[in-house]
Amino acid sequence: MDLGTFLQFLAAGLTVGSTYGLAALGFTIIFNTTGIINFAQGEFVMLGGLLAVVFMHWLDPGLPAAVVLAVLATTIVGLVMERLTIRPVQHTSVINLIIVTIGVSITIRGLMMLLWGKDTYVLPAFSGTTPIPILGATIAPQSFWILGITLLVLAAMRYFFSRTIFGRAMLACSFEPKAARLMGISVERMVMASFMLSAFVGAVGGAILTPLTMTSYDVGVLLGLKGFAACILGGLGNPFGAAAGGLLLGVLEAFGAGLISSAYKDAIAFVVILAILLWRPSGLFGAPDTERV
Amino acid sequence: MFRRLLAVTTAFVLGTFSVASAAEPIKIGAILSATGPASFLGEPQRNTLLMLQDQINEQGGLLGRPLEVIIYDDETEVNRAVAAANRLLSRDRVVAAIGATTSGNTLAIMPRFSSARIPLVSMAAAERIVKPINPWVFKTPQSDRHAVLRILGHAQALGFTDIAILTVSDGFGQAGREVLQELLPEFGMNLVADEIYGPRDTDMTPQLTKIRGLSPDAIIVWGTNPGPAVIARNRVQLGMQTPMYMSHGVASKRFIELAGEAAEGLILPAGRLAVADQLPEDHPQKELLLEYIQAYETRFNAEVSTFGGYAFDALKLIVEAITKAGEATPQAIRDNLQQISGFIGTGGIFEMSPEDHNGLDEKAFVMVRITDGDWELLVE
Repeated sequence: MDLGTFLQFLAAGLTVGSTYGLAALGFTIIFNTTGIINFAQGEFVMLGGLLAVVFMHWLDPGLPAAVVLAVLATTIVGLVMERLTIRPVQHTSVINLIIVTIGVSITIRGLMMLLWGKDTYVLPAFSGTTPIPILGATIAPQSFWILGITLLVLAAMRYFFSRTIFGRAMLACSFEPKAARLMGISVERMVMASFMLSAFVGAVGGAILTPLTMTSYDVGVLLGLKGFAACILGGLGNPFGAAAGGLLLGVLEAFGAGLISSAYKDAIAFVVILAILLWRPSGLFGAPDTERV
Repeated sequence: MFRRLLAVTTAFVLGTFSVASAAEPIKIGAILSATGPASFLGEPQRNTLLMLQDQINEQGGLLGRPLEVIIYDDETEVNRAVAAANRLLSRDRVVAAIGATTSGNTLAIMPRFSSARIPLVSMAAAERIVKPINPWVFKTPQSDRHAVLRILGHAQALGFTDIAILTVSDGFGQAGREVLQELLPEFGMNLVADEIYGPRDTDMTPQLTKIRGLSPDAIIVWGTNPGPAVIARNRVQLGMQTPMYMSHGVASKRFIELAGEAAEGLILPAGRLAVADQLPEDHPQKELLLEYIQAYETRFNAEVSTFGGYAFDALKLIVEAITKAGEATPQAIRDNLQQISGFIGTGGIFEMSPEDHNGLDEKAFVMVRITDGDWELLVE
């Protein structure tokens, strides 16, 4: 395989993988503070893209403003979701809460279908569609936007969790909620913040990918599933491992489709995940479980 | 005394019964995918059926009786389609039925209609629906084979020999792939790449990169929205110049909107509905097509699509069979359906026979090119 083809597959994989990574990051943020797998995560990704389309159509504020509005609106959806559906039943078992998130995802999907129809929609590219030739490969400008913004979001999250008092308080809740509460941290506020943050990163992923891959009310199902697979691949407890898992999953899919057979693209990704679960059950970047009995 | 009373009562009851039956509606069932993944096909079909029902009833109905179209939505699910078929047959007791929207659902409900001896007119493309022939099953859309014949004929005229195909992994794509694999050698062409993509995939650059490396003369893409639009965009993104054919599955304006500038220059087979205004004045379908477009767009304020046309043809064919038979019994409808000849529909001119329950050939398609964001009819 020549360098150009290799780069082409790599670029394709990293582009799609970015969204998987951002969805995976969202999964881990909520998982860390609550122990819930939020099955509405894919819907946050869908809302990011589809709401940008809706705002473009209704208000026509220009593309950047529409994207920002969509991301903000989705963040508010995350807040509302936590307030209306998670907090009222917070003392129930985790499995019940997970079922609640499935219900929320179906509701969001249904509402968007009624509100905006079943068609597929697309956003204009952020900076044109003229492909950029690099070492024999041709890459869409949007791919650079996607990679750049993903890395920016990751860096910002890294800074938030390790350097800010709020971020460290969230981490504290994830490690030991009781101790965090004793230290005066409001666990409820942290849970609410985690839903907003995960809605935020999911929506960013959806909004930046839509110019390349289009969106409709039901794209969240598959994106959520792939994001979850990325979590398993990278390690559920580790946000940055999960994001890396997303990029890796995208690259695996691209090379699988290009080199082996496009018919088995999804199967290849899931076989690799199964293999990893057998070999390292905590994921590639997750710490091995050291719980003692 | 008692006998006379009984006779009078009987006469009275029979009298009211016959009066009631004169106005009793002719019931025709319809199973379509108004929601779910195939809703872009099913929704215009439901609209079309409602519109035709109203039109026919305003004009006095059928054989002096009102027409009642009983529509069930199968949500693009096989189980729902089968349940709807059972309901139409046992509870609603329809005399004929239209459906389903997708090939898979049609194949699932066909046996029920043929064993109940009720004629079924499908709006799905798969050739298997009418081949081998089932005495009770008909279909209105042109077959995949007709589209492939048109595409390969066009490619042959341009001297293309090395062909790459990229098909979607659902029923529509599989059917197209099989016909392509079968017919390519017959046209003396080589299949240099046989790639597949998932119906919900969002990036097909890996497949196209692979195809680019094999430098074919042309690429044939087989799928329905939104996949082919993604592929058209990916092609531009990769800077590829290889000519690209699309299937008739994207012959709606929506595809041009989705693919944007990347749609320029793509060539595909389409029913004449897409290019009705470009047809020569003396074309037999022109007037009907323009009327249908006008009526649909005024009533629903939405762009008309070929898929709605399949429903138009299905109901019109059944109506034609009932009118010809002078009665609305399943047996009479079936017998007359397969005698219909020279019937002008939106999809083509139907020539039914007991051996051909589709009644169309590849001439039902025209080749169109996407130019300046619109269809351009290529001279046949």
